[in-house]
Amino acid sequence: MSFNSMNIDEFRDVWVFAEQRQGELTPAVLELISEGRKLADELHCQLKAVLPGEHVEHLVQKLGGYGADEVLVYEHPLLRDYRTETYTEVIAQAVETFKPEILLFVASNIGRDLAPRCAARLHTGLCADCTHLDVDLNNYIEFLRKESSLDTENTSFESKLFDAERNLKMTRPAFGGHLMATIVCPRFRPAMATVRPGVMKLRAYSEEKAAAVTIIHPDFRLDETDVQTEIVEIVKSSHKAVDLIGADVIVAVGQGIAKDVEKGLSLANELADALGGVLGATRAVVDNGWLSADHQVGQTGKTVRPKLYIALGISGAIQHKSGMQDSECIIAVNKSELAPIFEIADYGIVGDLFDIVPRLIEEIGKAK
Amino acid sequence: MKILVTVKQVPDTTGKVSVRPDGTLDRASMEAVTNPDDLNAVEAALQLKDQYGCKVITVTMGPMQAESMLRELLAMGVDETVLVSGREFGGSDTYATSQILAAAIDTIGLEPDDIILAGRQAIDGDTAQVGPQIAEKLGLPQVSYAAEIVKEDHTLLIKRMLEDGYMMVRIGTPCLITCVKELNEPRYMSVIGIEDCFDKEIRIMSYDDLKDHPLIDRTTIGLQGSPTNIYKSFTPPLRSAGRMLKGSPAEMAAELASCLADKHLI
Repeated sequence: MSFNSMNIDEFRDVWVFAEQRQGELTPAVLELISEGRKLADELHCQLKAVLPGEHVEHLVQKLGGYGADEVLVYEHPLLRDYRTETYTEVIAQAVETFKPEILLFVASNIGRDLAPRCAARLHTGLCADCTHLDVDLNNYIEFLRKESSLDTENTSFESKLFDAERNLKMTRPAFGGHLMATIVCPRFRPAMATVRPGVMKLRAYSEEKAAAVTIIHPDFRLDETDVQTEIVEIVKSSHKAVDLIGADVIVAVGQGIAKDVEKGLSLANELADALGGVLGATRAVVDNGWLSADHQVGQTGKTVRPKLYIALGISGAIQHKSGMQDSECIIAVNKSELAPIFEIADYGIVGDLFDIVPRLIEEIGKAK
Repeated sequence: MKILVTVKQVPDTTGKVSVRPDGTLDRASMEAVTNPDDLNAVEAALQLKDQYGCKVITVTMGPMQAESMLRELLAMGVDETVLVSGREFGGSDTYATSQILAAAIDTIGLEPDDIILAGRQAIDGDTAQVGPQIAEKLGLPQVSYAAEIVKEDHTLLIKRMLEDGYMMVRIGTPCLITCVKELNEPRYMSVIGIEDCFDKEIRIMSYDDLKDHPLIDRTTIGLQGSPTNIYKSFTPPLRSAGRMLKGSPAEMAAELASCLADKHLI
């Protein structure tokens, strides 16, 4: 069967790469399945998950329950652990055989390794680390009306070069979050994107959908000659990573704790405990080794949207703000009244966190 | 054995950035710096050079202004630099860029024990795509997110970072490795390096120099050859500022606690 990524009319359906590690799906895959379901409904087509691995068929129902109509299972001993070369080979074969219109990956360290390699092999476009996806043009315009500074009434959304109604519109931050760009891939298929974990909404799990999912085991070729790397060891981090994305309350610290790091961290911890929250951090805090990288919020860390975000001694660089500005309620404590964090805070306190936080913990104790 | 390092001069997005009212970036207002992750890749190459005495060559694509960055890299200890520059290359997305850089690397020539190093991602686009795409175009194996690189005879042992831990991966040469900041602390330019860097030649590769390479075709490079296009660009919405609390620390803490209670957040 011939494959030409420019014959765009031959491509149909939305696909999600179902990333699994040691036989477990990451939560971000289920978010992406949920988002894929939305896009498939807008395109009136099927949502399919591609699942490479070894002994992974037990994951099929879960993928179905969150919205997949069909799961393409590629099982092989050489697919047990992720390797760029074997996974690229299988994904490329799958795309060349079945020709999906859209192909999505989680923007994890695995997805961001695999997706560019596949896009280069298939000769198509890939948009990195997206935070918003649309097919439906009216939904896209509505998104811009709410979430951008663009004057949507006086902007033309038509294009002479492609069908703006049907092409996937992939939106992502650029230049460290100073700008947002919407990218299209009009002349090639599949349109590919990696999607940032934590930004897409999880659908409700449906027992009915889970029971109705179709399993396919397509033919494919893979042998030892496809392997170019040796996995010597896989080591899981010994400390349990903090669940920033799932947290309702985040107490985050910035360089304001520098004058007494130990005391600053213990105050932040105590406040987080009082509110049932977890600790977040700016890049500077992580770079200084005061907290581990799994605490980092922002452009190079995680994107969070908790009910309550308390920023302690954080000045509010755009790279940090872009990772937390969608929080429902933002509180900022900073010594400088000029700190940009106050521009987005619902409540601001100009003061020393070492003064304010102990009093706040005490007041919260009284209020409970 | 030689090491090729792909580098990029980028606007410093961590400093002052000004966006024009039409949503485009005023690049002239921003300072140009060497992409931070690329400096980790250069440092990794220089450490291998210190150990094995191999040659280190950096390859970049960009306008002629990138020369200032290349002089700095020479002053750090890089042996040769290549600047791929031409109007035909302008407007390239990651696919087209990797096509051009792969052609340039292939023109320089790869031998069995050569290594290509790249930064994890550039701070202007944050895509992390060009490294893997160069590897694909050259048919080379890759390991990304490298936090440790140890050379063992004809293979490299790489600590590849994952969100929930890491993998130790062995890879043969030639290969491409992308580097994260945890890998090392980039060195400063040396005094002798600074004195010598202006005597060294910067090799320019133009469209004419590369046009006969099989990867270079008008339909696969530049704006025309880029599979992706920018449809719209805009600035993120500004969340409006709320209320600044007033009073003594005790008063402000009490008021904040009562606001949180009103919102059922405590």
